Amino acid sequence: MKIAIASGKGGTGKTTVSVNLYYFINKLITSDIQLIDCDVEEPNDALFFAESHLVSEKKVFQLVPEIDTEKCTFCRKCADWCEFNAISIVKTLQFAKINPDLCHSCGACIVACEFGAITEHQQPLGVISHFDTGIGKGLIEGRLKIGSAMQTMLIKEVKKNTRDSAKVTIYDAPPGTSCPVVETVADADYIILVTEPTPFGLHDLKITVELLKDLQKPFGVIVNKAGLGNNEIYGFLNENQIDLLGKIPFSKEYAAIYATGNMLNDIPQEIESCYTGILDRLNIKTGLK
Amino acid sequence: MKIAITSTGNNSTAKFDTRFGRSSWFCVYDNETGNIRFIENDNKNLSGGAGTKTAEMIAELGVKQVISGDFGPKAKSLLEQLKIQMVVLEERDLSIQELLNRIKN
Repeated sequence: MKIAIASGKGGTGKTTVSVNLYYFINKLITSDIQLIDCDVEEPNDALFFAESHLVSEKKVFQLVPEIDTEKCTFCRKCADWCEFNAISIVKTLQFAKINPDLCHSCGACIVACEFGAITEHQQPLGVISHFDTGIGKGLIEGRLKIGSAMQTMLIKEVKKNTRDSAKVTIYDAPPGTSCPVVETVADADYIILVTEPTPFGLHDLKITVELLKDLQKPFGVIVNKAGLGNNEIYGFLNENQIDLLGKIPFSKEYAAIYATGNMLNDIPQEIESCYTGILDRLNIKTGLK
Repeated sequence: MKIAITSTGNNSTAKFDTRFGRSSWFCVYDNETGNIRFIENDNKNLSGGAGTKTAEMIAELGVKQVISGDFGPKAKSLLEQLKIQMVVLEERDLSIQELLNRIKN
């Protein structure tokens, strides 16, 4: 069973929920569980496992094409084929170059070129690390090379490096509703949307709900920081018959513990009972147990 | 030498456009012949690569110097490679005519 934790708005508590579900599912349901940090632009799940150690690290590359101006006739066919406007050709200046920051490594230009002027070269994309956390089957994290915009490509690679046979896989998704989120939830069996009861939280939740309806994915909502903001979010969930999996109360003390990285040490009783309730409702929806 | 100015419209009464890649028009002035042309920027609504495509377009026009409010990092890098000089103007409220007068004087 693959469960993705997504949100829309950033900072609602995706990481908090992902790390806690990983911890509690391991404790209460199965130790055949892995946590996958798909927020490759700023992965932070590993921060909450101070005792963990790195098992393996793998550098990942993307193929970026280059144009040989000796062979190039400046016909522009490759530039016309490029969906991402990554190729600049100026015939009068005998100039032909590919911008690796715009290139999505689709390979169309190589097919387009009739003169064999384009070849592919490896360029670093990021690093995939596997940590033994002492909990379940560990944590796998993707870390994108700073400056790269190819999150989706790295998330795909991260998923290829996870164990497909694990009983439970938790994907901690990036914020937003764009391609990296779509990629993260694409193969998930169920999606948990973490939101907060604020106008921003509701606004972005609505967009994410639309996305998941489009993708025809089953999902439920956890309201984190309950007690902040207002009650409009509950009205929205009711009207749209969206499952509320649980509420996690706002607590300044708990936020302070999170900030020190000690979230999994001395878990408050109140928080623990939130997650046991969430797991019960998740079980009804997904048959997790 | 051909000089390009980013413009919000197709004539010299139009305001200077402070963006490069997503500028609506370009005023191309040839200071040797005195010729002035306005060229629409078809790249302004591209979802990505507007800056580099626009740099490519003005290079094809033979422009050697371009005046705008700002240049994005990808456009900047390409314009450098194409040896087109960038001039950044911080004044926002100028018309193309006022700019042309400054260049001519």
